[in-house]
Amino acid sequence: MGNVLNQIGIENYIFLCVILFSIGVFGVLYRRNAIIVFMSIEIMLNAVNLLFVAFSTYHQDAQGQVFVFFSMAVAAAEVAVGLAIVVSIFRNLGSIDIDNLKNLKG
Amino acid sequence: MDTAYILLLLLAPFAGFLFNVFFGKKAGHNGAGYIATFAVFVSFLVTLFYFIRINQTGQAVSVKLFDWIQISTFKLSFGVLLDQLSLLWLMFVTGIGSLIHLYSISYMHDDENRHKFFAYLNLFVFFMITLVVGSNLLVMFIGWEGVGLCSYLLIGFWYKNQDYNDAAKKAFIMNRIGDLGFLIGMFLLGHLFTTLDYADMKITIEGGTNAANTGWIAAAALALFIGACGKSAQIPLYTWLPDAMAGPTPVSALIHAATMVTSGIFMITRLNFLFGLDNVDMHTVNLVIAVVGAVTALVAATIGLVQNDIKKVLAYSTVSQLGLMFLALGLGAYEVAVFHVITHAFFKACLFLGSGSVIHAMHGEQDMRNMGGLKKWMSVTYITFLISSLAISGIPPFSGFFSKDEILMTAFHSNTVLWAIASLASIMTAFYMFRLLYLTFFKEFRGTDEQKHHLHESPALITFPLIVLAILATVGGFISLPGNSWLNNYLAPVIAHKGHGEHHLDNTAYMLMAIAVVGGLIGIGIAYAKYIKKSEVPPADAEMTGFHKLLYNKYYVDEIYESLFVKPINALSTFFRDTLETALSGLVYGFGKVTNAISDKGRLVQNGSIGRYLFAFTLGVVAIITYLFYNKIA
Repeated sequence: MGNVLNQIGIENYIFLCVILFSIGVFGVLYRRNAIIVFMSIEIMLNAVNLLFVAFSTYHQDAQGQVFVFFSMAVAAAEVAVGLAIVVSIFRNLGSIDIDNLKNLKG
Repeated sequence: MDTAYILLLLLAPFAGFLFNVFFGKKAGHNGAGYIATFAVFVSFLVTLFYFIRINQTGQAVSVKLFDWIQISTFKLSFGVLLDQLSLLWLMFVTGIGSLIHLYSISYMHDDENRHKFFAYLNLFVFFMITLVVGSNLLVMFIGWEGVGLCSYLLIGFWYKNQDYNDAAKKAFIMNRIGDLGFLIGMFLLGHLFTTLDYADMKITIEGGTNAANTGWIAAAALALFIGACGKSAQIPLYTWLPDAMAGPTPVSALIHAATMVTSGIFMITRLNFLFGLDNVDMHTVNLVIAVVGAVTALVAATIGLVQNDIKKVLAYSTVSQLGLMFLALGLGAYEVAVFHVITHAFFKACLFLGSGSVIHAMHGEQDMRNMGGLKKWMSVTYITFLISSLAISGIPPFSGFFSKDEILMTAFHSNTVLWAIASLASIMTAFYMFRLLYLTFFKEFRGTDEQKHHLHESPALITFPLIVLAILATVGGFISLPGNSWLNNYLAPVIAHKGHGEHHLDNTAYMLMAIAVVGGLIGIGIAYAKYIKKSEVPPADAEMTGFHKLLYNKYYVDEIYESLFVKPINALSTFFRDTLETALSGLVYGFGKVTNAISDKGRLVQNGSIGRYLFAFTLGVVAIITYLFYNKIA
């Protein structure tokens, strides 16, 4: 296991995760389509998962990988619920542009 | 058993009040009136029971109803004290009260708010009883405020007339000034004695433990006297009483002549152990009381000389007679003052009710210039009025002669100047009472033909109280004959004597009596010469000149008070309202306006756009992380 990190240093994983996370954040902030916002959220989640796994290897500790399993299970459930909401929004409004979701405006 | 009787005495009028407030309107045409009369009559019967008992046993009844206030060493209970003084007062409060209630049934029979009138009258009697029977000053104060309230309600009873409302307010406010004095006096006494109970205070004073505090006790007495001035209409707080005649005439008779206005005298007599203290400070206070009384008697009598409103004459006469009572109090002759209170209650109630009978017959007309010759139509009213006028003028053997003579005699022995003032006031009393009598009942009728057509003697419900009161006004004087006084013996247990006691019937006494009677006859003679021989009628308002005009306008005291107190206070409150309040509220509103403006702009941030929320959220997280990051490095 240790030789993986020997070939590519831990700092490269960190950079990759930061880049992935930032892509996710910008996707959430700038895209209007709910599906893409969703996908961006998934990217952020997976960036964090990757970081977990990398550090888990680095510290020689399996706890991080266990945590990632939890995280993936929760993410799967979240996607199921989230997509269902998106479908129901589409049925009601005929669009999934999140700028149209202003009905709760005070 | 006593507790039950006392509760009956106290609560019967209150029950009458409650009944009339809630059901009076449904109780038939005269139902409210009969129930109110019955309620007061029940109190009268209980009073009579105790009065007879105390005459046999001489034992005062003191009942503690409940503990009221207890703060560290200060302790007060809600107690009732039925001794000689309070029972005497109750006798005429409930007795004359019953008669006047009976009279009111007929007098008020066309008024649409009769039930309210009787409710207020009952409430008044309840508070008056509370005032009289309380065993400490604070219970008296409850009654004291309560009767003031009822007086206000009844003066302004015909509330559709703004003048009457103003008169009611004037009475209330003037009384309030006096009440402040009463309160200050009470606080001082409470501080000095750590109790307000009459019996406890008396014990402390007789023990002499407060000898070092004579100055403070005198100050308390003076403050209490100011309270008495307000309630009993003495200079400088007397101007409300003549205006109080705006109320229905039975009210004037009951509250503003016979009972409430005598409560100042009751209070001072009740505290005679305090006011009668023998030291320099208290002598000064007593001199003040005597001088105020004498001056009030004279000033009010001079104003009474020229008034044309039948009730105004009687009102000033009341102020004047109250002044004589205070003169007696100031000279330490408490039983004499009480004697005059009783005889005055009889004849003044009779006079007021008589004037009510006249006003009733004249359909609300009160100006004597439009009356005259009523003797022909109203013989019962005339005779009772004549008897009471003779009584108030001090003609023997009517009751006023005895009581007024006692006051004059006391004054003569202490201070000849005060005696001269009081005698002059008495002569004037005789003059204006007979002026009133001659203008109203003699000569030809001066009103309109329509009024003349309707003239009639009042019904029996009105004449019966008149007859009873006239009889009492005739024989009332015999309760305290000079040299052999039942009243003085009766009151001996409650009044601390300083030794001057009763006057012996020597030559001086006979001479003074002769002077008083001759003075009275002179007053009557002048009135006779002016209004019967010369048939004069007082001139119309515009034709008055000089001193006559000054008197008719009551020395312009109301106008002086108006410009001295009312206008500056009004100006001050206008200033506060227009300047100070505007500034203050501007400041307070300013805070509100700024907040409003900020939030008006700020609320646009919450526009419901998810993108913007997320952006703000991310920005916040980034800011927090950056902060933590740099902090860590530093």
